Amino acid sequence: MSTTVDTADSTVVPSDSTRRNGFGYWWDRVGILLVLVLLVLLMAVLAPNFLSVSNGVNVARSVSINAILAAGMTLVILTGGIDLSVGSILAVSGVTGVLLWTNGVPTPLALIGGILVGALAGAVNGVFVARFALPAFIVTLGSMTYLRGLSYSLLDGQPLVATELGYRGVGNGSVAGIPQPVVLMVIVYAVLWFVLERTRFGRHVYAVGGNSEGARLAGINVKRVLMTVYMIGGATAGVAGVIFSARVLSAQPTAGSGYELDAIAAVVLGGTALAGGRGRILGTLIGAVIIGVLSNGLVLMNVPFFYQLIIKGVVIILAIGLDSLKRLGRTSG
Amino acid sequence: MSGISKRFGATRALSDVSFDVRPGEVHALMGENGAGKSTLMKIISGNYQPDTGTIGIGGSPVVLTSPRDAMAAGVAIIHQELNTIPEMTVAENLATGAEPTRFGVLLDRRAMRQQAQEKLARVGADIDPDRPIGRLSVGMQQVVEIARAVAEDAKVLVLDEPTASLSKSESEHLFRLIRTMREAGMGLIYISHRMEEVWELADRVTVFRDGKLIGTRDMHAQGADQVTPDDIVKMMVGREISDLYTHDRRGGGDVRLSVRELTGPGGIGPVSFDVRAGEIVGMVGLIGAGRTEVARLVYGADRRTGGVVELDGRPLEARGPADAIRAGVGLLPESRKDQALFLDMSVRDNVSVSTLGDYTSGGVLRGRRLLSAVRGVMQQLKVRANAVDLESRALSGGNQQKVVLGRLLLQKPRLLILDEPTRGVDIGAKSEIYTIIDEIAATGTAVLVISSDLPEALGISDRLLVMRGGRIVAEVPAAEASEESVMQHATGVHTPSTSTGDRDRAHDAGARR
Repeated sequence: MSTTVDTADSTVVPSDSTRRNGFGYWWDRVGILLVLVLLVLLMAVLAPNFLSVSNGVNVARSVSINAILAAGMTLVILTGGIDLSVGSILAVSGVTGVLLWTNGVPTPLALIGGILVGALAGAVNGVFVARFALPAFIVTLGSMTYLRGLSYSLLDGQPLVATELGYRGVGNGSVAGIPQPVVLMVIVYAVLWFVLERTRFGRHVYAVGGNSEGARLAGINVKRVLMTVYMIGGATAGVAGVIFSARVLSAQPTAGSGYELDAIAAVVLGGTALAGGRGRILGTLIGAVIIGVLSNGLVLMNVPFFYQLIIKGVVIILAIGLDSLKRLGRTSG
Repeated sequence: MSGISKRFGATRALSDVSFDVRPGEVHALMGENGAGKSTLMKIISGNYQPDTGTIGIGGSPVVLTSPRDAMAAGVAIIHQELNTIPEMTVAENLATGAEPTRFGVLLDRRAMRQQAQEKLARVGADIDPDRPIGRLSVGMQQVVEIARAVAEDAKVLVLDEPTASLSKSESEHLFRLIRTMREAGMGLIYISHRMEEVWELADRVTVFRDGKLIGTRDMHAQGADQVTPDDIVKMMVGREISDLYTHDRRGGGDVRLSVRELTGPGGIGPVSFDVRAGEIVGMVGLIGAGRTEVARLVYGADRRTGGVVELDGRPLEARGPADAIRAGVGLLPESRKDQALFLDMSVRDNVSVSTLGDYTSGGVLRGRRLLSAVRGVMQQLKVRANAVDLESRALSGGNQQKVVLGRLLLQKPRLLILDEPTRGVDIGAKSEIYTIIDEIAATGTAVLVISSDLPEALGISDRLLVMRGGRIVAEVPAAEASEESVMQHATGVHTPSTSTGDRDRAHDAGARR
């Protein structure tokens, strides 16, 4: 009964997106970087002073807050979720940090307290998304609103100025000529890159986003992964929050309104699929820089604010259009 | 319907293929996955444009630049994955794109309903047009799609693996419908992996391999030209297959899995059965008999409502799949794309995802150890080594299934549950998978295989459990079972003479309670 069947070698036919010379393969890796390079060249020609060192530092500093928000957002979107509440978390964290400091809490603790409040707010999002299986869009839309309300009520609606804020360096200081927000941004990206690429948890994030039921059947604790991801999203928003308040030397209840959209745009520009499971965190960083360079260049060119918005929107749609062009190649490959 | 000839230059997905379908015939298309069948179908349906070659329908040449063109030219396709909108009613689905209206804007529901009834009547279907189509069985939904194709006066109907998720009786109903359409003069292209179906239906068979048309055989030919299933298999694989199934039957060791009075939601159970170490037990039955449900209850994927499951004498609580894996149970789920694979992730990640803990220290991956482990199982499964970095999306169905099997092998399971391990897998990979299953069992692992492919279940199992209505209705040593006797148990048409004849130890667990 036992006849060994000699079967042909199992040939593997790579599709276009995985073949090492296909458009999709290269677009995946360098496409968005190419967009950035072209944009920088364009700005160098069009905008006066764009290439100066001081402007470079300026761009890096202004990019850092959105980039940090977008870093946490990348993890959330990789699981197929979304976090609309990061702008409001930024406000609550900033307000908490300043309030702690003005009430005599030592500087490091005030700083950490602000970040922890962000992580806590993210964890609450995570509970609703993971345990109660509510849609992330709805949950974070809700928390976006209640957290905004919370940051107003903590301050009775008024900004609280703190010119002597103990951790003001986090917003305005420099380390060896590099602005501290930029240093923090690099740290956040280095840590999250390592987490995504080199740890078990990172693999689980991609797995949950790619196929949630498959992940569960493969023994992954899907709920815990989701919880953690929203908590990380909240924590990075917390980091952004304390940087923001240190920048403006005050607690601002209105801080971060609308920032969630720029963060999402950076993630998607960076090539992460909104459906989850596919994307890279360094792409997000490039996406955030593109948005920053664009805004900065347009300011230098004295383009009126309204037109800046129009151009920014068009660029985002174009970049994402290129991305779906790639996807088209994938399905027919 | 005149000859279709086309060529794919650069990608060589199809090289210089000429193919035709006559009115009033069923032309079966066979070939392993990736042989070029689906590319050809996508050309006929207007999704792809051929580099060279021409298509003609009814004698006049046509250019099909979109699926809409193809439809207008009289080509309709019933895809493996159905193209229906589950929330909409049958009538609405039938009318999509051409809804009857009053005054040009208002939906005319009465007319829509009536048209739906007429369309359904033409295919002899008695389906309530007001039911949401998602509530119908897959077979019935397929009938609705066919009704739409017939109503659009399709001259050519392509059926892509239409019986993949149909029960036996649904398949038979479909076959009757196909014969009716053939008599009405329609040309049918029937793509299937299942030899019996092709034998039952086809007038001609064309076999593809590696993008080339290997040959077309007339099924009605007599004498020297008469075709046998072996001929077709030879054409498909390009070599001789003496025996597809490889299995050394052995008795099995101690009881590895013991299931007692297990019940689950939806009227599953109570079921009781054992699987011994080194034994391959086949679980067969019709679609909906509860086989997958039992597997998921054992694995902890669904919540049990009662009963005891023991693994090596110790209770297997399985509050979730993670517990089951830790206890030494591996599951290959029914649908690899929906329930197992991460299509955007590499083969390496897919294989290692359940056992990452073995290759980490403090949560950080040890890349080299992981890679060598993955390479090891891929070698054992005869997947090319350079495949580890490919996205699993890029693999053929057979290789994808091996990736899932590789994941299970890394778990070093004591009990392996395989739910339809060869579904959507070409014949070459099938026989490899049988060999792998046999090798796994030879190492002392207990294997429970769920299969809807009866010859397969009979060929690879030591023992068969037949399920019907959520219960195990018969237990048969595979050596003594025949397809007919198993089918009788599965369908419940059980005549006493046959049961005594083949010495089935039928015990109706349900009736006993």
